[in-house]
Amino acid sequence: MWDYSEKVKEHFFDPRNAGAVDDANAVGDVGSLSCGDALRLTLKVDPDTETILDAGFQTFGCGSAIASSSALTEIIKGMHIDDALKVSNQDIADYLDGLPPEKMHCSVMGREALQAAVANYRGEEWSDDHEEGALICKCFAIDAVMIEETIRANNLRTVEEVTNYTKAGGGCSSCHEGIEEILTAVLAERGESFDPNAVAAEIKKPTSGLTNLQRMRRIEELLEEIRPNLQRDHGDVELIEVDGKYVYVKMTGACAGCQMAATTLGGIQQHLAEGLGEFIQVLPHEELARRAAGA
Amino acid sequence: MTSGIYLDNNATTMVDAAVVEAMLPYFTEQFGNPSSMHQFGDKVGRALKKARKQVQSLLGAEHDSEIIFTSCGTESDSTAILSALKAQPERREIITTVVEHPAVLTLCEQLEKDGYTVHYLKVDNKGRLDMQAYQRLLSDKVAVVSVMWANNESGTLFPVEEMAEMARSAGVMFHTDAVQAVGKLPINLKDTSIDMLSLSGHKLHAPKGIGVLYLRRGVRFRPLLRGGHQERGRRAGTENAASIVALGKACEMAHEAMDFEKTFVKSMRDRLEQGILERVPHCFVTGDPGNRLPNTCNIAFEYIEGEAILLLLNKMGIAASSGSACTSGSLEPSHVMRAMDIPYTAAHGSVRFSFSRYNTMEEVERVIEAVPPIVEQLRKLSPYWADGGPVEEPEKAFAPTYA
Ligand SMILES: Cc1ncc(COP(=O)(O)O)c(C=O)c1O
Repeated sequence: MWDYSEKVKEHFFDPRNAGAVDDANAVGDVGSLSCGDALRLTLKVDPDTETILDAGFQTFGCGSAIASSSALTEIIKGMHIDDALKVSNQDIADYLDGLPPEKMHCSVMGREALQAAVANYRGEEWSDDHEEGALICKCFAIDAVMIEETIRANNLRTVEEVTNYTKAGGGCSSCHEGIEEILTAVLAERGESFDPNAVAAEIKKPTSGLTNLQRMRRIEELLEEIRPNLQRDHGDVELIEVDGKYVYVKMTGACAGCQMAATTLGGIQQHLAEGLGEFIQVLPHEELARRAAGA
Repeated sequence: MTSGIYLDNNATTMVDAAVVEAMLPYFTEQFGNPSSMHQFGDKVGRALKKARKQVQSLLGAEHDSEIIFTSCGTESDSTAILSALKAQPERREIITTVVEHPAVLTLCEQLEKDGYTVHYLKVDNKGRLDMQAYQRLLSDKVAVVSVMWANNESGTLFPVEEMAEMARSAGVMFHTDAVQAVGKLPINLKDTSIDMLSLSGHKLHAPKGIGVLYLRRGVRFRPLLRGGHQERGRRAGTENAASIVALGKACEMAHEAMDFEKTFVKSMRDRLEQGILERVPHCFVTGDPGNRLPNTCNIAFEYIEGEAILLLLNKMGIAASSGSACTSGSLEPSHVMRAMDIPYTAAHGSVRFSFSRYNTMEEVERVIEAVPPIVEQLRKLSPYWADGGPVEEPEKAFAPTYA
């Protein structure tokens, strides 16, 4: 059974504005192929003020399609048509205290019916530009078409990147297999194959807004701040290299070879990250040599 | 039972009180591991043996060692199909039908990705198969045929006994998903050529999470789960003793009630169907009414949508199910209704009523009273409906722009 809000149930069991408006001067007929639902919205618009005097719906669809239609008519009655056009599908869903992710398309259908009806009133032709695919990520209601298009437009290669761009896969992660399949298919279009071990390309963003030199100085300052703590334990730290988000340091004195070295590095990392306002990783300088050797 | 009217027995059934009583001791006093050498294990071992015999008897199997207990119908289906592929690596084809349960279809789709060829037999508008098309596909490249005995949505029966004969003549293994058939139809496996059969406990008044794979003696087999020697090494994992005992008891009771199923359960179903068809215009029975399970009726109510019907029925305490897209969570309308080429304005309004021997005629009468006003109420909201009837040429009068 769907987890419908009380508001959805109320609008389903007792729909407002059901049926066609008698002397309507705007009609919008839309449907969603993916689930077969369809909706006719009829409006009576005052030609002088362009406000919506009355609205009625007829819906062939499930509980949430009927509830979304009912909610839409309640929201737009009394609105100027320009303001009504600003009503988003999220507004409809919010009015109903939310819809299950699988049912968000019901609210999309409502908004489209409104656009179609206004186009009809203005004597224009309305055509739908959005295509709906199979629902992949149920946590964030992201469908296959959206994922495919985003992969194509941004040359994405990994599940992590898809999550960064679309949010899909960022929740419970059970759709990762589905996302991998889409990646495999889209990458194949451009003659590439999907590599599950590829690392996500770093999203370039000027994180702390500092120049390289300022950032380097800031790192030194931050290290100075914690140096007294280390010296109290008869140890010390020396900055060796900064490479993007990697900060290489050399632990000296009692800190070198100390069993707590890893914990200490963690503490330094946290202090630097907080002070810089960006994510950085503090690594022992041996790591630098290893990486340079290409291991 | 509760005050509601439960007509969704193809989804799952109530565990019979006698079945619960039979299984309870196996949680407490009889908690032993049947493999153990001591008295605690021994008693459980004997109980499992009895249950195996009870299942054997309901299925009409020749040997009790042909019964393998699994965790569910889905596991039995997967085990059967994957075993056939593993045992015959040179055979890379599978024959099945477009209307199987996802337990078979989703697995087959995955196997296609893995490089196997799957032939999906189509159905006509009454849900029937084309036997000649089937015959033409049988060859020594086919590892297994997997065809359901009874369809879970429409109740339509497939001629699996005949199809198993044809497979045997062609030297091809035959598996049937009989999850909906077992307990509702007399079955006598020793007189058939069926090599493997799946059943699921929760469809015949046993608990959820227990199933059986029938494996004819001598049929080549490769286990899905390897490990301990349980089920003669064919399905490792310590036995779900309480549920196995329960399934045995449920099979015994189903066997005894078989005639009741054919007569009384069928008469309740027929009464409901007749009552609704008489009172509600523009609705029809889907599938093959003359050749279906005695407990199932699937009615398509035109111009309205199934989930909306279910919500209103539920408000009146009546439980049924629907082939509408919106009840599945997948947004896909029922693949069974689509396969039968039912127009979508009807397929979306298909409602399945499925009975058990615990329903009563009095409940049937109450449902017959409840359905017509619900349909009428929803049709008033439908753009395909006006002034007490469908709009003229509905497909033209209302032709929405599709997303
Ligand atoms: C025809 C059919 N096969 C398989 C299954 C799956 O059985 P289980 O739920 O025990 O895995 C079902 C249950 O819905 C079914 O109807």
